[in-house]
Amino acid sequence: MSQALDPHAATVAKAAGVEPGPRLTTADGRPLTRALARSSRKARRRAFLLVLPLLLFILITFVVPIGQMLQRSVKNDGFSANMPQISAWFAENPRGTEPDEAAWAALAADLQQAARDRTIGIVGTRINYDMAGTRSLFTSAGRQARNGLEPPYRDAILDIDARWESPALWSIMREASSAYTANFYLAALDRTRNTQGDIVMAPSERQVYIMLFQRTFVMSAVITFMTFLLGFPVAHLLATLPLRKSNLLMIFVLLPFWTSLLVRTTSWMVLLQQQGVINDILVWLGIIGTGQRLQMIYNQTGTIIAMTHILLPFMILPLYSVMRTINPSYVRAARSLGATSWTAFRRIYFPQTLPGLGAGALLVFILAVGYYITPALVGGSSGQLISNMIAMHMMQTLNWSMAAALAALLLASVLLLYWVYDRLVGIDNLKLG
Amino acid sequence: MKKTLILTSALVGVAGAPQAQEGQLNLLSWGGSYGNSHVEAYAKPFEAETGIRVTISDADNPATPLKAQVEAGNVTTDIASVEYADAVRLCDEGLLEEIDASVLVDAEDGTTPEDDFIDGAITECFIGTDVYSMVLAYNDDQFPDAKPSAPADFFDTENFPGKRSMRKGAKFNLEFALMADGVPADEVYDLLGTPEGVDRAFAKLEEIKPDVIWWEAGAQPPQLLADGEVSMAYAFNGRIFAAAQEDDLPFEIVWDGQIYEMEGWVIPQGAQNVEAAHEFIAFTTAPQHQARAAEFISYGPPRRSAAALVGNMEGTDIPMGPNLPTYAENMTNALASNLDFWVDHDGELNERFSAWLAQ
Repeated sequence: MSQALDPHAATVAKAAGVEPGPRLTTADGRPLTRALARSSRKARRRAFLLVLPLLLFILITFVVPIGQMLQRSVKNDGFSANMPQISAWFAENPRGTEPDEAAWAALAADLQQAARDRTIGIVGTRINYDMAGTRSLFTSAGRQARNGLEPPYRDAILDIDARWESPALWSIMREASSAYTANFYLAALDRTRNTQGDIVMAPSERQVYIMLFQRTFVMSAVITFMTFLLGFPVAHLLATLPLRKSNLLMIFVLLPFWTSLLVRTTSWMVLLQQQGVINDILVWLGIIGTGQRLQMIYNQTGTIIAMTHILLPFMILPLYSVMRTINPSYVRAARSLGATSWTAFRRIYFPQTLPGLGAGALLVFILAVGYYITPALVGGSSGQLISNMIAMHMMQTLNWSMAAALAALLLASVLLLYWVYDRLVGIDNLKLG
Repeated sequence: MKKTLILTSALVGVAGAPQAQEGQLNLLSWGGSYGNSHVEAYAKPFEAETGIRVTISDADNPATPLKAQVEAGNVTTDIASVEYADAVRLCDEGLLEEIDASVLVDAEDGTTPEDDFIDGAITECFIGTDVYSMVLAYNDDQFPDAKPSAPADFFDTENFPGKRSMRKGAKFNLEFALMADGVPADEVYDLLGTPEGVDRAFAKLEEIKPDVIWWEAGAQPPQLLADGEVSMAYAFNGRIFAAAQEDDLPFEIVWDGQIYEMEGWVIPQGAQNVEAAHEFIAFTTAPQHQARAAEFISYGPPRRSAAALVGNMEGTDIPMGPNLPTYAENMTNALASNLDFWVDHDGELNERFSAWLAQ
């Protein structure tokens, strides 16, 4: 394969293969093909060594962590690793088997061991993901089991808490007894398993993720469209103005780009809030009364305004770089052939900006889908995006498997979008600057 | 992930942290004005009295590096200040040494520590050092006539107009809603453990849902109050008090319906100076030192006998006592945050809260 990459090597090899005439050799008598192969191998090795640091960097800081994170979304051995005996019982007995004394004995032994190893908290946390209120069930049982439990184990455990008999609990422990599970993905799609193990919708008051995914994509699309609407004329101006003026304008585009994200978000708060600058001016002008101050922040409007502003440069810069290369004589030619200015724009100019537009739209959309800090600060209750839920599971509930499942779904949908874009527009048409 | 964490913390440990040795104590604290109270009220007098050198490092949340240190088997911290919730979690996971509570000193009148500390301040792996709380705070300028005085007033936008600010999350809000609905503090968690109780709390929150601006960072509520964007907030008492003092703002605190939590000392499993750490715990939880710490930051001592010893706020003539969550008069209808409840229901109730918010 490597030889095929080198056109000269390929020619030489073919020449050597087809014509069995006198062998070509170098000055010191070695076959030319081998000498060529050796020197190109050396060059390749040097090139590889040059990119090696980058490759390692990407591998260590990008591929490995993402891989581990994705693994977390299907693997959680909090229960199976710390409760081996009851996990074995589940493996031997099919679903629907009533827990017998052997099961209770295995449970008792595991509880005691986990309590002594102080891993009972991990076990309880794992079960608690699927059934709220069970973490303390495990930790309190563990505290009492540490001193030893007497047979019959069923009665001993039920003495600690009658909830241990619940079929739902046993069903969830069965699910958790294998380290690999799809349940986090089910939960991320507002679905859950009933005691028979069938997939059903989660109770309506807890259905939130599908709605948030939808909202995230709709709002990202709106923001992308807004950046296009605002960015296109600016990019055009930048590309057509004389260099000195366009440089000044460029600085105005880049200045916010260099300003801290938090500073920009906070300044929008100062401008948009009900006691803020814009409302004050409107009241001062008499356009609205003091009682009618507009609610422009802590809702979706605020999120869209702030994020459009923050992401605007990502639309303008690719558009600008493409527009600069468009030859103005095409449009002039169209006009001279009788096209109106609108037709000339629509049929001649606009199609030529598509590679920049595609790149800008893709950049803005993908960034918007994963945005976290701005919606958290100005989003209020209706401006929450899926990333805020991922952050909650990472930092508050510490359910990293759930966060990983949500993030994986987000990643998958972005890749899907990328694929669709490639099919419709073609990724070769992308121009990033 | 774990391996990477271990590797990084091991590297950091080798490079940065001081090695444990005789006559030395490595303390991991929070930095900021809270960390400063540890330096001034605890570490300096402790060094002066015992000759044990205290080296302080800071972390955003000491529980995180603590966990990494123990899992990597490279424990450089001898004692750390963590939140109660983290202490229980770390203790359950076996990452903490047990603390021998017999080293704690009696109050001056001879009350034993068990009676002197508030409930929950002495556990297997954790000794409480201070109490902070969520309180109802309002901007005095916005209420020239009647002033809010109870949780119910927070939900009464007719008599007390203006927007409200609450923490974006289920914790604190559900309890507060039930207290505003007339549930006495000691019945709140029993009720919240039932589906009806949760429904009732959400129904109460629903009353003011359109008027609430939800905060996420602790610095937001004082800012919203100062801007006049909201007239009342349910927020951490220390933030409100500090903003009112530093910027001379007309913030008032209603202590009725406060929910308090604790921070305190833990010793990581495998710490090298366990004995010195115990000595430090005994010293810092003595009533006079607890009282001294409260003069630097408005977090209350968890010892009843320490409350009376608190003097003026450091560098001012403002008496600190009445501004502390544990001041006797502030404790009427106060609720101790129930950690077991939240560890059990955090995921479930936060999901429901998010769904409710988004509807």
